[in-house]
Amino acid sequence: MVSTQLKRLTAVSVATGLALSLAACGKGSSTDSGGEDASGATVLKMWTHNAGNDAELAAIQGVVDDYNASQSTYKVEVQAFPQDSYNTSVTSAASSGSLPCILDIDGPNVPNWAWAGYLAPLNGLEDRAADFLPSVQGVWNDELYSLGYYDVALAFLARTSALEAAGVRIPTADDPWTKDEFAAALEAIKASGQFDNVLDMQTGNTGEWWPYAYSPQLQSFGGDLIDRENYESADGVLNGPEAVEWATWFRSLVTDEYMPLKSGQDPAQDFFNGKTALLWTGSWSAAPAAESDIADDVTFLPPVDFGAGAKIGGGSWQWGVSATCSDMDGALDYMTFAMQDEYVASIAEATGTIPATDGAAAMVDGYGEGGKYDIFRVFSKNFAELRPVTPGYPFIATTFTKAAQDILNGADPQATLDQAVKDIDANQKSNDNFAPTS
Amino acid sequence: MTQMVEIEPPVPSAAVTRRPRSVTGSSRGQSRTAAWMILPAGVLILVFVLVPIALTFGLAFTDAKLISPTGPRFIGVENFSRLFDDPVFWKSLRNTVIFAAVIVPVQAGLALGLALLVNVKMHGVTFFRTMYFLPVVTSMVVISLLWQFMYQQDGLINAVLARIGITGPDWLGNKDTALLAIIVMSIWQAVGFHMVIWLSGLQTIPGELYEAADLDGVSNRQKFLYVTWPGLRQTATFILVTITIAAFALFTQVQVMTQGGPLDSTSTVVFQAFRAGYTQQQTGYAAAIALVFFALVLAVNLIQRYLTREKDA
Repeated sequence: MVSTQLKRLTAVSVATGLALSLAACGKGSSTDSGGEDASGATVLKMWTHNAGNDAELAAIQGVVDDYNASQSTYKVEVQAFPQDSYNTSVTSAASSGSLPCILDIDGPNVPNWAWAGYLAPLNGLEDRAADFLPSVQGVWNDELYSLGYYDVALAFLARTSALEAAGVRIPTADDPWTKDEFAAALEAIKASGQFDNVLDMQTGNTGEWWPYAYSPQLQSFGGDLIDRENYESADGVLNGPEAVEWATWFRSLVTDEYMPLKSGQDPAQDFFNGKTALLWTGSWSAAPAAESDIADDVTFLPPVDFGAGAKIGGGSWQWGVSATCSDMDGALDYMTFAMQDEYVASIAEATGTIPATDGAAAMVDGYGEGGKYDIFRVFSKNFAELRPVTPGYPFIATTFTKAAQDILNGADPQATLDQAVKDIDANQKSNDNFAPTS
Repeated sequence: MTQMVEIEPPVPSAAVTRRPRSVTGSSRGQSRTAAWMILPAGVLILVFVLVPIALTFGLAFTDAKLISPTGPRFIGVENFSRLFDDPVFWKSLRNTVIFAAVIVPVQAGLALGLALLVNVKMHGVTFFRTMYFLPVVTSMVVISLLWQFMYQQDGLINAVLARIGITGPDWLGNKDTALLAIIVMSIWQAVGFHMVIWLSGLQTIPGELYEAADLDGVSNRQKFLYVTWPGLRQTATFILVTITIAAFALFTQVQVMTQGGPLDSTSTVVFQAFRAGYTQQQTGYAAAIALVFFALVLAVNLIQRYLTREKDA
């Protein structure tokens, strides 16, 4: 009796152990960065965050198919991840030494990953990169680590009729609104009483939206997230008088009842339904705006110049090569192939984003000289400011987000910004200011 | 074993010589089987509880980062001095304590009330038991998302309040109501679980005691105080400890609904540790927070164990 039980238990234990080790083997072999396939071509693994975005994934697959057909030495294999778990997957793959050869990276993370030794410089692509928008080039420590097909641009989406009724000047890329003009416009639109919200800056969004959307306004006031001279301290730029002025202005939008403290679930829908007169959004709203019921009554406006020039955020998803790739020549060969105008155009078209080169822009409907979307390329070229190019960026971004949220909810601007500076400086210092290790 | 043999009644010698051997043999087999049975749980506890606790203890004294080309360096108690200097930590601690102080009595009391209500032999009582238990088997993330909609300025709760002439606040967007809103939702979600535990305790109380009480002609209140409550002593201790631990570990609701805001009014110790460790990549600092949290929960539980100890043992 006892021995039968024992045998059964042993059998179950062995079976479980076997299943676990088999699972481990399966995992190990699927994350190898390279190898050879049946025809003798070297396999280059490629990771992308696009699993939830069919249009972009199909366009990327198109580039890879063309590349694989164009030569027989290398074979690129795409593996797509959901965006939410992408960064975690890359981080854990890096710690187990199984990064793929080619991977995409969110622009502001490039310095962090380059510093951590995940990425290798794109040697030989520097000349080609010069044709790209500055905001899609992932440069850190004077080396090019990544290159993106496209960028997006922040802009105000406005009801033309509301602006006309309020009698305010319609700003242009050459002549954006000043701080006073913006304040007057808000007041005039509010006086009309036609809209629940004069302004909606999508404050209900979380994550990277806060630094992406609001730090350019801080920069336009003359402040910044960190002193870009040597990236060692935020003191004086994030808590200086200009930054406090920005914080006070930011909070006043709520206290003056121009903007809701927290936006609704779908701010874009609120705008299209006529609840909002001005929406702080970006080039991605162009297609929905053109298809909406009020398509004839919308205009895209440039960002406001609060004194130090009009600013928008720059940098979207970009492509790079891992430092642990077993066949660097192959990975760079693919990168050179993939960064041709033709593919920049096809991917920008599929995603409805701004093509990163002039040559590609001419191929995409609406982005050519004077096209209906050309305005976004102009915004990108004239106003885009990269988020701070330091490996400390993820920390700076989350610290700024919390500070900005507290300020919007009524925290004391100076005290909140002082605390943020203290935290950021401590983090930069504890990492030896992210000095390159090699 | 010898004692057992001694008190055995006298038996024929053949039986005496055979019996101890067979007992020893089967007991060795039993302990081997027991070892096999403990093994899976033992390995799981070792790998997922003891080793992480040991690692946390070690990491708390280093500047380990989630992403870094350099390894962790020993920095002594710097993480702790930084933590005790951090205003967000004290706010998080305060919120955690308030949350636990409200949740423990209210949730345990409501659960007991519900258990008494559904512990009757009546048609349809299973339906109510299922209804109260339903939120427990629903994912906390899903519940948080749904309540987030209900708590909005123009959400369901304010719509109901408007009917009776009250203009409700933006529950989660207001620093005075956000923690309260999370407390109410958390109680609603978890009360069914503790109702079932109370119920199991109620059903272990022998029916004869109630019959005897009826014969003595006691009131319902006396019946609860002198029969039901003493019979629930063990259950009460269990519920006290589990609710306290669950309350201190408040995280999911905060992460989904408020991310600690507005103005840190819903930040908790676990949320702060998560934010430091993952979004801000400071593994060492997060380990220090986790260690402080560990000490806190341990201390509270030891106090509870002392207060609820078996006094006659």
